[in-house]
Amino acid sequence: MGNGKPDAMKPAEAKAPSPNPLPKGEGLTRQAPLAKGETFRRFLPQGAKIWGILGLLVAVCLYTAISSDRFLRVQNVENLVHRTALFGILSVGAAFVIITGGIDLSIGSLVCLVGVLLPNLIAEHGWPVPAGVAAVLLLSVAIGVVHGLLITKMRLQPFVVTLCGLLLYRGVARGITGDMSQGFGVEYKGLRAIATSRLPIFGSSDNVFHLPATTLILIIIAVVAAIFLNKTIYGRYLLAMGNNPEAARYSGINVDRTTLLAYVICSTLAGLGGMLFVLDINAAQPSDFGNFYELYAIAAAVLGGCSLRGGEGSILGVVIGAAVMVVLSNTINLVHPAYQNIEFAIIGGVILIGVIVDELARRLVTARREAVRHG
Amino acid sequence: MAPSPTPLLEVRGVSKQFSGVRALDDVSLKLGRGEAVAVVGENGAGKSTLMRIVAGVMRPTSGTILVEGEAVEFASVAQALRQGISLIHQELNLADNLSVSANIFLGREPRRFGMIDQARIDYEARKFMDRVGLDVPPQKIVGTLSIGRQQLVEIAKALSTNARILIMDEPTSSLSEHETQKLFEVVRDLRSHGVSVLYISHRLHEVEELADRVIVLRDGKFSGELSREQNQRPNMVRLMVGRDVSRFYHRTPHTPGATVLSVNQLRTRMFPRQAVSFEIRAGEVVGLAGLVGAGRSELLAALFGVTPAVAGGMILGQLRQPPRSAQEAIAAGIMLAPEDRRHAGLVLPMSVKTNLSLASLQRDQRRGFLNRAAENRVAASMIELLRIKTAGERQVVRFLSGGNQQKVVLGKWLCLDPKLLLLDEPTRGIDVGAKEEIYKLIDELAQRGVAILFASSEMEEVIGLSDRVLVMHEGRISGELGRAELTEETVMQLATGDAHQAERMGA
Repeated sequence: MGNGKPDAMKPAEAKAPSPNPLPKGEGLTRQAPLAKGETFRRFLPQGAKIWGILGLLVAVCLYTAISSDRFLRVQNVENLVHRTALFGILSVGAAFVIITGGIDLSIGSLVCLVGVLLPNLIAEHGWPVPAGVAAVLLLSVAIGVVHGLLITKMRLQPFVVTLCGLLLYRGVARGITGDMSQGFGVEYKGLRAIATSRLPIFGSSDNVFHLPATTLILIIIAVVAAIFLNKTIYGRYLLAMGNNPEAARYSGINVDRTTLLAYVICSTLAGLGGMLFVLDINAAQPSDFGNFYELYAIAAAVLGGCSLRGGEGSILGVVIGAAVMVVLSNTINLVHPAYQNIEFAIIGGVILIGVIVDELARRLVTARREAVRHG
Repeated sequence: MAPSPTPLLEVRGVSKQFSGVRALDDVSLKLGRGEAVAVVGENGAGKSTLMRIVAGVMRPTSGTILVEGEAVEFASVAQALRQGISLIHQELNLADNLSVSANIFLGREPRRFGMIDQARIDYEARKFMDRVGLDVPPQKIVGTLSIGRQQLVEIAKALSTNARILIMDEPTSSLSEHETQKLFEVVRDLRSHGVSVLYISHRLHEVEELADRVIVLRDGKFSGELSREQNQRPNMVRLMVGRDVSRFYHRTPHTPGATVLSVNQLRTRMFPRQAVSFEIRAGEVVGLAGLVGAGRSELLAALFGVTPAVAGGMILGQLRQPPRSAQEAIAAGIMLAPEDRRHAGLVLPMSVKTNLSLASLQRDQRRGFLNRAAENRVAASMIELLRIKTAGERQVVRFLSGGNQQKVVLGKWLCLDPKLLLLDEPTRGIDVGAKEEIYKLIDELAQRGVAILFASSEMEEVIGLSDRVLVMHEGRISGELGRAELTEETVMQLATGDAHQAERMGA
């Protein structure tokens, strides 16, 4: 397929003066006329979801802002943006895997493994900073490759492979640290600045909004991810494959390689996220660091419009989804502190309602289209 | 077998409207006891809608349905079932992992002390299985049966609910010739026992063979009715398309060029003991005939690299061995339009444009980035060239008709300039008009020097289109026929690998 011949189109076009001539005059109408409402409809499948999740975010923010005067305080907003950035990075990774129709349950444990390993290597074993960072990132990439190979070559189910990863990486993290909390102490301020620094943006002197540096990292990752997904042939392959792996294979797409790529992206971003989390918090307790983060990431991706059936998703939606998760948790803290112990139940309930509304909306649209089609 | 004064089923002036569009417009029909009536028409003519209304899947906008002269109104399939009307879908609705008897009584299991009475289920199932000539043990798992037998299970299941009217949507579309004959025997037998059959079929020669009467629909309207005597293919086609199709198969004389593909002792994964050898020349249309399960699809899959061959040689251009992946095959110029286009040929939820450009993205890429201009060009030129009927290039492929979907699959390959085009059942489930277009296209491609190898279960198609036919039987090529020797009998003889059986089939 690599031998891209520029004239490959020619024979097809040269076919016009065949015994079965095409209507010549009309043939020049390059763009087939769109059906009524077509231009609008093409924004619907993706667009409607973005508006839906954005609406949910705005609604939750409004509710919290009205209910608590602390919500809009600069420090709280900074913190929300910061946490959204950290969870957003994990969620973007999860989205790639979900788009292939797969799942990665090992994200939280990988966050933990990287989170304890980085301070362990640098602070305890005295590795140079670049070596330590490179080591944990390479480890994340390698884990993604292993996941991908087990899923594509061994034909194991993603759920099983990454479930084992979930148990394995947490166990290893606790093992190598003797279950002791890991951190950088008061050293390595420069390295930690990647996650902790705040850049002053605007506001009066006593009320300056500082943009967390992590936000910049998320923006870069999200933009690259969105370009990759929407503008490159590999992104198109991912979407096509997620919808119908068989048709993708029959179209000459290397399905195994594309799947593997998705798992590598996911694990790499999980590793990067784990690094930022530990740099930020400066303490990683192996038994609970990153606990349930894979579920936050998956929930954010699903809220953001990824179907677990695969083939669907937008990066912007996923980032907004991550924001919803973060803000919801904040809402409970600020408005209903008494309900903190049922935080999971509330978040679960809100997501469930969101997904149900989305499914109902989808059915409505499909039913209308089906009806039109039968005409 | 003349219809009794009060027909068993009568459809009177039924119309169905979908958000402003008339799918069915004032259609009436009568079905007598023990009658087999076929409903034919192009895709979108309203056949399926009519069947669904009769079976209680949907309600008509206006009109009445009468069973034994009494007006009935079905709000659900269950209500239609109670009147003895049973619908058998084109894609069978069986639980693959359960036994034949369990499927027949699914949801109505005889119980004993609250537990399923397995012995009784098997015993009762046997009775219905015998009526349809299903010669397997009732304990046999349905998934292990051939499609033909699975269909008989469906019919047995219908009979077990005391069905008086069987409605079948394309009952033979995935059956081999042999299985089709078997099904017809069963239908004839049921008919003589007073069961009526109302069915849709695209296979007109089969309608000629089986139907007592034919109802032809066109654009949702009643177009005509043909009695047993008038029931011939040209009559049906005329009513279906409103014109006379004299030259249905387009075949201009081809002058085969140099050898494009040579296959030497190739062994497929399915039939590793059978070696296959043949050659195809440029501009040649070669038919691949055989019964279902003869290994035609497996051979095509091996040539395309999706199920790589286990041994043997193959030469095509730069390719000196059988391809190990579709990428390799495509790079060499081998392309396949698979049998199951909805599953393997198309990404249904994506647009016409995305599907058309899917295979050429790599060629047109700009350092990994999509080349939108090239994509638009591919889509526009293929929509125009193949006359794909679509609301626009952004139309989702799922909503196209079968014929247009197949054109999208073909367009995906034509823009890559194939040397060898492999077509597996290229016209399955496609209406007459689109079939004709596909035939024309095959003919034109051959004239441009594309080598074409197509597998088809439709005998007429194989004979009508091919310059040469390779017949397969149980994984090997049992014979090759040139145009001069090409008749249904000669093909069938080789396909069955059994002269005696061939005689029976040819009858």
